Amino acid sequence: MKNTKFQNNVAMAIIKLIAAMVVLILVFLLGKILISGVPHISWKFLVTPSKAFTAGGGISVQIFNSFYLLILTLLISFPISLGAGIYLAKYAAKNKITSLIRMVIEILSSLPSVVVGLFVFLVCVVQMQIGFSILAGAIALTFFNLPLLTRNIEESIKAVPNLQLEGGLALGLSKWKTITKIILPEALPGIITGVILSAGRVFGEAAALIYTAGQSAPAVDFTNWNIFDETSPLNLMRPAETLAVHIWKINSEGIMPDANAISAGTSAVLIIAILIFNLSARYLGNYLYRKLTSAR
Amino acid sequence: MNFMEKIITTKDVHLYYGSKEALKGITLDFPDKGIHALIGPSGCGKSTYLRTLNRMNDMIENVKIEGEFKFKNQDIYDEKIDLVELRKKIGMVFQQPNPFPFSIYDNVTYGLRMAGIKDKRILDEKVETSLKQAAIWEEVKDNLNKNALALSGGQQQRICIARVLAVAPEVILLDEPTSALDPISTEKIEEMLLTLRDNYTCIMVTHNMQQASRISDTTSFFLSGNLVESNKTKKIFLNPDKEQTADYLSGKFG
Repeated sequence: MKNTKFQNNVAMAIIKLIAAMVVLILVFLLGKILISGVPHISWKFLVTPSKAFTAGGGISVQIFNSFYLLILTLLISFPISLGAGIYLAKYAAKNKITSLIRMVIEILSSLPSVVVGLFVFLVCVVQMQIGFSILAGAIALTFFNLPLLTRNIEESIKAVPNLQLEGGLALGLSKWKTITKIILPEALPGIITGVILSAGRVFGEAAALIYTAGQSAPAVDFTNWNIFDETSPLNLMRPAETLAVHIWKINSEGIMPDANAISAGTSAVLIIAILIFNLSARYLGNYLYRKLTSAR
Repeated sequence: MNFMEKIITTKDVHLYYGSKEALKGITLDFPDKGIHALIGPSGCGKSTYLRTLNRMNDMIENVKIEGEFKFKNQDIYDEKIDLVELRKKIGMVFQQPNPFPFSIYDNVTYGLRMAGIKDKRILDEKVETSLKQAAIWEEVKDNLNKNALALSGGQQQRICIARVLAVAPEVILLDEPTSALDPISTEKIEEMLLTLRDNYTCIMVTHNMQQASRISDTTSFFLSGNLVESNKTKKIFLNPDKEQTADYLSGKFG
């Protein structure tokens, strides 16, 4: 009896120690990045374009590129994942083909992002002659994002009790209508949370973008919204360095005098954006869940 | 009650889950109107049988169903049948209350709105009559915009019954509708079912033999995939023809 209690205490102590270590590492990392980076963040830093050789450059174009790339990636990957998720959760028969599909998705999700980047580089940038562009970057990020998002949507749909499907069918609704009108709304909070979390991952991705969206951020004219114009921020065919790639670039070959400061500031901006994504995912997920399931 | 007229007839029903035979040749008819109980121990096939009547087993994989199923002389398993229309005529209430995650109003009007009825006056009227029929109007009439999931289990189940009643079915299949509920909610639902028996045909699976004897007009006893006996409830409970039925009802097994 005494022995079991002792064992229990030891186990608890070890688990608490490990948990404390994880938290400490995280706090140290975040603290270091924020403390060294936040002092360099200023309004001017956020709204000036970067400079290649002289001090005083900002990250305005990189910030825009990161968000634009994220939106494009979600525009491509969300509809595909939604369809695949619905199919896998509710339509796919339990047979070899389905498990093969699942296996392929799993393999895709464990591919190193640099490999995905090189693949898209060869296929899209070189072979299809798209060139270093936002479009190529969005395609690479879609490959990267698709498996995780599909898995998330499938799990969110599966978490809705099958009773709801039966209830809809018994009421004379078709399976498709039951899924779109009853099951999807109920799965929505989980899906939204997954989308935002995957957005955080996509936002911080660098390796897959180096060879696709490119490592340069040509100045854009934020007053020109003609999507086909070379200098328009919306142009899909222009090279577009993102925040994460910018950090990598500056640290590996930055020759401006204030490279360290820019790198630290950019890291802080990136971390803050991802923190906002994560926290808002929690908040939005909870809010939607309450909205959908409790009294209005 | 006219027991001569049959609303649903089934003949020699076999159902296989893969190679396992779950129903071994059931021939059973249901008279128009009234409450008809299906009883028997767990796993005897009564719920499986019930779900063949509105084709809810169709979506289970590896199920093979044989036999003749007729609803008012129309073949239930006819390939050309409109499943939506069939399930409007043969509604279903499940063991676990399963209201949709919407307001009470939206739950009750769901089937109607899906059928294209948009007129607010008709919907309002349907909501009131259906909720009254389901004996829950008084409890929720001031909160029709409240989410149905915020109600108690017994209230949720009555919302589900109102949802079925709103699309004007002729037959209501009830799969152990009160087994997840407390005695007071159970009593309310039983009282409500008694008010429905004159206008609807209720076919109810139940584990609760007192419930079957209290409210049903006919009772059918299932045992390991076979129909042992089907008769007027009084006859089954007081003087069954088969020994197995008497043994089950007296608690010798099950």
